[in-house]
Amino acid sequence: MSFYPYMKQYDPKDMESFVQNVKPDDVRRVLAKHRLEPMDYLTLLSPVATAFLEDMARKAHEMTVRQFGKTILLYTPMYLSDHCVNQCRYCGFNASISLSRSRLSLDDVDREAAVVSRTGLKHILILTGESRSKSSPEYIGECVQRLARYFTSIAIEVYPLETFEYVDLVNKGVDALTLYQETYDESLYDTLHISGPKKNYLYRLNTPERACQAGMRAVNIGALLGLDIFHRDTFMTGLHAWYLQRNYPEVDISVSFPRMRPHAGAFSPEHPVADKEMVQAVTALRLFMPRSGITLSTRETAEFRNNILPLGITKMSAGSCTQVGGRSKSDAATGQFDISDERSVEEMAIDLAARGYQPVYKDWEPLSVFDEAV
Amino acid sequence: MRLCGLWEEVELPMMNQEHDDIFEIGGKKLTSRLFTGTGKYSSDALIPDVLVKSGAQVITVALRRVDFDADTDNVMKHIPKHVILLPNTSGARTADEAVRIARLARAAGCGNWIKIEVISDSTYLLPDGYETAKATEILAKEGFVVFPYINPDLMVARSLVNAGASAVMPLGSPIGSNRGLRTREMIRILIDEISLPIIVDAGIGRPSQACEAMEMGAAACLVNTAISSAGDPVTMAMAFGEAVKAGRRAYLAGPGVVNEKASASSPLTGFLK
Repeated sequence: MSFYPYMKQYDPKDMESFVQNVKPDDVRRVLAKHRLEPMDYLTLLSPVATAFLEDMARKAHEMTVRQFGKTILLYTPMYLSDHCVNQCRYCGFNASISLSRSRLSLDDVDREAAVVSRTGLKHILILTGESRSKSSPEYIGECVQRLARYFTSIAIEVYPLETFEYVDLVNKGVDALTLYQETYDESLYDTLHISGPKKNYLYRLNTPERACQAGMRAVNIGALLGLDIFHRDTFMTGLHAWYLQRNYPEVDISVSFPRMRPHAGAFSPEHPVADKEMVQAVTALRLFMPRSGITLSTRETAEFRNNILPLGITKMSAGSCTQVGGRSKSDAATGQFDISDERSVEEMAIDLAARGYQPVYKDWEPLSVFDEAV
Repeated sequence: MRLCGLWEEVELPMMNQEHDDIFEIGGKKLTSRLFTGTGKYSSDALIPDVLVKSGAQVITVALRRVDFDADTDNVMKHIPKHVILLPNTSGARTADEAVRIARLARAAGCGNWIKIEVISDSTYLLPDGYETAKATEILAKEGFVVFPYINPDLMVARSLVNAGASAVMPLGSPIGSNRGLRTREMIRILIDEISLPIIVDAGIGRPSQACEAMEMGAAACLVNTAISSAGDPVTMAMAFGEAVKAGRRAYLAGPGVVNEKASASSPLTGFLK
């Protein structure tokens, strides 16, 4: 199976024509529906639907509270390595950028983990650039085994792997995958990825599916908003999530909406996404996929995160750091992107509580821990 | 390993209600027929008040979500000593996973009650009846008091009876949906046909729906989302406590005779007089 032939049914020209011809009554009809189909989701992403944002927001809020309660799961990213062989025009770790690159030793991982675990967080997301020599699957697996001493959920956001490699990482303690397609537009993708293994669009597109097949509990996907016209990539992201959820019902499929931020390279997003469009994306996705998690990263400002929080968000990063060794080393390198929300975990928890939300530090435990305990 | 050390055998205090309608289950005598949960609250600190105001004596908790390391913020710390813990196997996708979670719950000192949830569908969160029955059989043999959560399916319920379940927990509508007793007719069949207590779990959105389930003859209701997502969870908890009591009283009283239509003043069989 592959999402590729499925997504090809949606011709970009037809979709553009559809979006431009949506009428207010079309939006009203969708808002009255119990269950949305993909084209209903696209209707909600149309320019006309911006006039209905308040209605969408109210419905999204009500659906989210019913399904997830007044809780937000907190996690934090940990960068293991910024070595990368890819040249992606928009990325701060682009191989052509002159950076002092580094990789955490296993002892460094312990030190970083100890710092993070003092915040009480139990969910961690580990990241690497793409370099099979500097951050091999074996190295990632060793890091995972160290991190399993501190955290009950370990997610990876690393370069695409083979199914058997995911199986191995699952066995070592990884339970979730995050992987962004960046853009679903094949020709734009080709232009943005100048060289490196990441240039292979199809291999990346099929990665979430390989992770599902490998027994990953949760898979999180997304597009880097700002690269393509807003409604195109948000629609394809939702369609991809919908496809995965239908084909892998046992996996928790969730979506992120990372919006482009400034970074070390001089890349300006061609299609900057406005706050209003972010609200449209989050609320439309919630209405389309009522039970999917939606993640908001620290690329967004604290104020914006606070405001969009009740509209469908279920998971947020806190105490973030996009530098390798940024928490425990004084000579940490440049980050992949600048974070806009610099709140610590404690500050985030206080702010969430003030807004009537419970910060959740743990909602998963690997079964191996259970077996050891009995 | 002992993580739930607080939940020793304790005498349940009688709530200020009738003591002549005792719900005996799993070796305990309950005076409240409302079970509740710990999920989705804006703050776990609300839980003690929810329990006091609702009168609930049983609370379910997802073991996988309990952070036993947390010194300050552990949901277990908000559960009063006298309340019976009903650990659940939320997160289990197979019978084997459910069994492993249940064993840890007992090893951790959370008692021998276990609510089996085996869910392998992330879209609708509907339970897997086959895997649930398998887990029930294994755990009942190991001495657990097993509360399996199922679709209201008579054949699955019968297999649970044979597997040694202590109750059957059919859903009223999909979990977290607050859509009420959409499976009313199927639940009615379980109440009529199954000898075990039927505890309606999931989907109850309003106190009136809990009341209806109790009027139908359900032994108890488990309500979480409708309380935790309410504007005022504590007041809603009280409303659910009262609704469950009212429904139970109505069931015990026996419903009055209901005529669908007015009686004709000149009945067709009047000539028989």
